[in-house]
Amino acid sequence: MPKLSDLKKGEQAKIVDVSSQEIPIKLLEMGCLPGNKVRLIQQAPFKGPIYIEINGSYVAIRKETARLIEIELN
Amino acid sequence: MSKQIKVALIGNPNTGKTSIFNSLTGLNQKIANYPGVTVEKKEGVCKLSRGVKAHIFDLPGTYSLNASSMDENLVVELLLNKNHKDFPDLAIIVSDVENLKRNLILFTQVKDLEIPTVLAINMSDRMKYKGIELDIEKLEKKLDTKIILTTNRTKDWVGEVKNLIENYKDLSSKIFLDTSIIEPEYFNKLKNIFPNQQLYKLWVVICQDVNFSNVSRQEIENSDFEIKSTSELKRLQQKETIKRYQLINNILKEGQTIDSSKAQGFRAKIDKVLTHKFFGYVIFLMILMAIFQTIYEWASIPMDFIDSSFASLADWVKINLPSGAMTNLLADGIITGIGGIVIFIPQIAFLFMFISILEESGYMSRVVFLTDKTMQKFGLSGKSVVPLISGVACAIPAIMATRNIESWKERLITILVTPFMTCAARLPVYLIIIALVIPDEKIFGLNYQAIALMSLYLIGFITALLSSLILTKILKIKRRSIFVMEMPNYKFPRIKDVFYTVFEKSKSFVVEAGKIILAISVILWVLATNGIGDKFENPRNYISENIEEISIEEIQTLEASIKLENSFIGFIGKSIEPVFKPLGYDWKIGIGIITSFAAREVFVGTLAVIYNIDNYDDSEGKKEEIKNIMARETDANGNKIFTLASGISLLLFYAFAMQCMSTLAIVRKETNSWKWPILQFIIMTALAYFISLISFQILS
Repeated sequence: MPKLSDLKKGEQAKIVDVSSQEIPIKLLEMGCLPGNKVRLIQQAPFKGPIYIEINGSYVAIRKETARLIEIELN
Repeated sequence: MSKQIKVALIGNPNTGKTSIFNSLTGLNQKIANYPGVTVEKKEGVCKLSRGVKAHIFDLPGTYSLNASSMDENLVVELLLNKNHKDFPDLAIIVSDVENLKRNLILFTQVKDLEIPTVLAINMSDRMKYKGIELDIEKLEKKLDTKIILTTNRTKDWVGEVKNLIENYKDLSSKIFLDTSIIEPEYFNKLKNIFPNQQLYKLWVVICQDVNFSNVSRQEIENSDFEIKSTSELKRLQQKETIKRYQLINNILKEGQTIDSSKAQGFRAKIDKVLTHKFFGYVIFLMILMAIFQTIYEWASIPMDFIDSSFASLADWVKINLPSGAMTNLLADGIITGIGGIVIFIPQIAFLFMFISILEESGYMSRVVFLTDKTMQKFGLSGKSVVPLISGVACAIPAIMATRNIESWKERLITILVTPFMTCAARLPVYLIIIALVIPDEKIFGLNYQAIALMSLYLIGFITALLSSLILTKILKIKRRSIFVMEMPNYKFPRIKDVFYTVFEKSKSFVVEAGKIILAISVILWVLATNGIGDKFENPRNYISENIEEISIEEIQTLEASIKLENSFIGFIGKSIEPVFKPLGYDWKIGIGIITSFAAREVFVGTLAVIYNIDNYDDSEGKKEEIKNIMARETDANGNKIFTLASGISLLLFYAFAMQCMSTLAIVRKETNSWKWPILQFIIMTALAYFISLISFQILS
């Protein structure tokens, strides 16, 4: 199953699973929930954080967190 | 009628909540800290009709009632405690028109606490150009609330808000979501055990521990109710969030239409440049350089003015008040000391202005995004960039700004290293010593004095980074790599909001520093003008020169200096002199350093008090510049005290030493332990002593 960390710049996907305990509740409240669309806007250099749009929210998260979110590429 | 209505302003960060607060209260506001914690408490008064007043509380920005930081926790604690003196009669939820969906999560949560609630949809002037249309009537009905469209452009809405506040009793306080539908089995059980409690409130209390402690759960723990595991609770929280989103989505489907083709343009274009993997960094560095350049250029004009005003004020006092010890205390100690602080207002104000513009415009988040990876290599977070930059103004607000760093290890390290950044209080010390010992000459078109000052800033920054690197290796704390940051929309900062920030911060800086300077000046002066023993009582008998051969003025000077050496302060100074001697300082500088442990900016005022007491140069009532007196100072053998070696040693001491009680107090509060401020104090001061010792021994 591809992860959010695999998404490339400009690509869009659908969130499938966020059940990992490590995912902060704040991210879920930002709209990071199964079924919602996610788009990668920018990737910081040297494998830094990713800048994504989910459900109308614009959020930056680290790759470690992105690896916990399962997605389905369109 | 003396009825006061209490209003809580609640909202997500970046929704313009503070603008609404400023529009309602104007300058009728005060900022204090919540007792026990250093979360800023902003309170303002808004006058309604017929003498009724509304007390408006601007609560810290929060995304939901599932608190994950100290700031957010405070909002929850207030809203859960009906007996709290600030418990609101009504809540105004401020939301951003562009992200209504997410903002409504918080709205529905507050509503579920049965607090009468008004929804303010802010930045409504952007609706048209973002392609958003709202059916207010329908939304009001579905959300069971009153809605006001607010904007920074006009103030038409203020009257409407006041009206709603005044008639808050007409507002609905019905809940939005029946908590038990999240998981009927669990919640019905809960309801049976606590039949008198409101279900959602119970649920919020139970959940607090998942993310953050503090709210008392004793009652629940004492009951026979089984508490679910953290992961179970988290699953329920997730379920709750999904449920709320579902309901909100259904409502917005009817009440909101978005033409998304209009939405993206501006933001995407700017982001392309500002978060670019190469140009993003170049722009950031250029902005930083421009800020420092302008601060020094612009600030020098008001600074010169303040400097000369205080000098003439001190002269005026000396001429017009009866000459004597009291007048000297006022002119040389207090006025000079306060002047030494006031002179830095322009720089501090400009710095706070730029920082607040960078934050308000949304740019700071981009910097955090770009620097996170690099900062992680030093054990910090991208979010440490904001405290480190603010640390150049003052470590106190900077340490408070670490609160949104999720990882405790990264946050602790940021708190510990921020005081190395060259704060504004170090500047008076730096400038006077640089002027004394560094030649005012140029090399390759660069002024030596300017190079010296810049090097001190660099030393501070590099030391901060190196210490983080060491701390991250030695601190045995598990690092949880959590980092969630909203990337807000770009917007033009509102001049009024920037002004309020600058005004409040500058004011508290001067008042706090002023108090310390006043107290220390008086204490020093008493210690310096009192003493025991014959040498203090009859100094004339102890003058080694032949009295017949020297002028009366010289006799007076010698007398005064013997008196000072034998005063209480002289006694203290002499007994600590051996500690400072190896660094190249005499006992007077030693006293200056000791008093600087209260706050660094006290140094110049201290020396002014000490030096002026044995300095009878007021024949024409003219106050002599402290710098000239310092330049003249010699030791017993006639050698100058302020040389290149002792000067650089002193500069380095101030660069590294932890001389600021207020910072230590903040660190104590923010880390909730004495361990960290004490360690910080000992290690920084030992480092300062060691480095100054080496530099003096090499240079002399």
